[in-house]
Amino acid sequence: MTSSLDDTAFAPWKKADAVPLIRFEGVTKRYGDFTAIDNIDLNIYEREFFALLGPSGCGKTTLMRMLAGFEDASEGAITIAGQNMKGVPPNRRAVNMMFQSYALFPHLTVYDNIAFGLKRSDMPKSEIAGRVEEMLRLVQLGKFARRKPHQISGGQRQRVALARALAKGPKLLLLDEPLGALDKKLRQQTQFELMDIQEKTGTTFVIVTHDQEEAMTVASRIAVMDHGRLVQVDTPDRIYEAPNSVYVADFVGDIDIIRGHVAAVDGDIAEIVWAEGKPPLRGTAAPGLSAGGPGALAIRPEKITISKDDPGAVHNKVRGKVEDIAYLGSMSTYVVLLPDGVRLKCQMANVRRISRRGIAWEDDVWLSWTDTAGIVLPE
Amino acid sequence: MLARRVLIGVPYLWLLVLFLVPFGIVLKIALSDYALSIPPYTPTMDFSQGWSGVKRFFAALDLENFWFLSEDDLYWKAYLSSLRIALISTFLTLLAGFPIAYAMARAPQEWRPALMMLVILPFWTSFLIRVYAWMGILSNEGFLNQALMGLGVIGTPLTLLNTDIAVYIGIVYTYLPFMILPVYATLERMDESLLEAAEDLGCSRLSAFWSVTFPLARPGMVAGCFLVFIPALGEFVIPSLLGGSGTLMIGKVLWEEFFANRDWPVASAVAIVLLLLLIVPIILFQRNEQKQREANR
Ligand SMILES: Nc1ncnc2c1ncn2[C@@H]1O[C@H](COP(=O)(O)OP(=O)(O)O)[C@@H](O)[C@H]1O
Ligand SMILES: [Mg+2]
Repeated sequence: MTSSLDDTAFAPWKKADAVPLIRFEGVTKRYGDFTAIDNIDLNIYEREFFALLGPSGCGKTTLMRMLAGFEDASEGAITIAGQNMKGVPPNRRAVNMMFQSYALFPHLTVYDNIAFGLKRSDMPKSEIAGRVEEMLRLVQLGKFARRKPHQISGGQRQRVALARALAKGPKLLLLDEPLGALDKKLRQQTQFELMDIQEKTGTTFVIVTHDQEEAMTVASRIAVMDHGRLVQVDTPDRIYEAPNSVYVADFVGDIDIIRGHVAAVDGDIAEIVWAEGKPPLRGTAAPGLSAGGPGALAIRPEKITISKDDPGAVHNKVRGKVEDIAYLGSMSTYVVLLPDGVRLKCQMANVRRISRRGIAWEDDVWLSWTDTAGIVLPE
Repeated sequence: MLARRVLIGVPYLWLLVLFLVPFGIVLKIALSDYALSIPPYTPTMDFSQGWSGVKRFFAALDLENFWFLSEDDLYWKAYLSSLRIALISTFLTLLAGFPIAYAMARAPQEWRPALMMLVILPFWTSFLIRVYAWMGILSNEGFLNQALMGLGVIGTPLTLLNTDIAVYIGIVYTYLPFMILPVYATLERMDESLLEAAEDLGCSRLSAFWSVTFPLARPGMVAGCFLVFIPALGEFVIPSLLGGSGTLMIGKVLWEEFFANRDWPVASAVAIVLLLLLIVPIILFQRNEQKQREANR
């Protein structure tokens, strides 16, 4: 299911004539002889909600700090709105940042925290109060204007930090793990509020997160990072459905990986030999895949069908023993051990009463999926 | 239950033995009259005469010495001059101590314990010896004058020793650690990202300092100022060793009343008034501490 966005949808990265707001050109950042960012090329467009996703230490914060002006690139150029940002200090950039720790000023009230940037801008004094009120309304904190940061909850602090960063109406807002300190429920609620605010203000957001679900929820595009490199930059659905590497596939959501050898590539379909004496498995060929090298078939657990009977004439079917069953309410997850030691997860919606499905621990079962359900990736 | 009471009682016992009882004795002497006897004041409690003796004892106490203090302008001048010297030297200590504390808080993490050691190190030598050392440095033939003349900065030696300047130098030097440590403690606790947030919101480095670092360091500065001001007000050793005949400080007056004039009652009255003067800043100091504790909660 490749995204079929029509022309009216928001997708400036598809338009050849669109001018990016942010442009990274061959950007490298070194700390001593450690390379934190490794030769990155990236365009981010106006009004995008762009997510940087990757494990801890992969360079997300560093990338963000270069945009904010706290770090200079060791090599390459960063341009924002057509201006090369080399040597431009943070206070001279139309960029604001919401810090991972929030960094609220403890000696100032909520109101004064939000007004802090405005008082240092060229906004006339008479307009500041109005703007602060507007921000307080946006994040629904009007009642707490006179409180100090230590007198409000974590979730409220997070909103103050957001309001403070938005108050000056920046072209670009950077959010470094903005929801990291919130509990799950508040997180999800806040994700939607963030999207709402982004839409209302029309600001370009660049968000850092190590939570793939969060990135999928909020972002228009996601950049998956690994060791200072961009592995894939794409829309959430493409990242999920068409990962370009085992790394991305593995990082984003649950996935089964079957490693083997790419036997043949025929148009869109590739065949992978994964165990001796077994028929090869088929999957969608990743772009640029060629036969002959090592590869992996990646498939989402929800695309695998489990049954006790032989599914019949399909290419992709394997036999195994049920090792574990997790009942998740609307879904059940089965862990099936194949004779070769490969473990596959399979997820089925519980449309029938569980007792009538009749698959139990230690049962011999068939797993099957269609030719295009999985994707064959080079390794 | 009993153990708890005893435990709670211990600090009160300390307070009683080490503060209230001595204070009572000093207060009693302050209300007595000077006498050529041993001890050098009258009346003394005479229990052999029973109840009437106690009554006579209390009848003989009066506030005469306090009236005397207010009549002789030497004492008012000494109090005021002590206040002035203590205030100025507290300010100078802040001026000298803040940059040091700031530099320490900004130093690489692994240097900080060593820097802290250096600040505390002088305490390992006797205070008196250190003040004597300053006499050697500041006198007309001292190191400072020799160095300055050697460098050709000055032609004739500067008169530093036995002036108020020497007293300021002595107080600033002696009490500097009391300023550095609390200021350092607040600065070190400060989150680095606050400064970045300030810059991000449009501050230059300098204005970020004034609008973030400085207000956040204020509780530490206030604490440091009190820790310097309170002992400096009653300081005796420094003005008598480094100060001149013109340096008037209440600690020196007190000493002279006790040991030169042997007028214990007047000396005690001076001490009581000094104590009352000190109570005001001490209460303010504790308020500051409490406010800070609440803010950190
Ligand atoms: N100031 C610095 N000096 C040296 N190394 C740093 C510095 N800042 C970050 N790094 C290193 O760069 C790498 C990327 O860090 P960071 O961008 O903070 O990762 P992330 O935000 O993705 O967790 C990490 O390995 C980190 O140790
Ligand atoms: Mg980070």
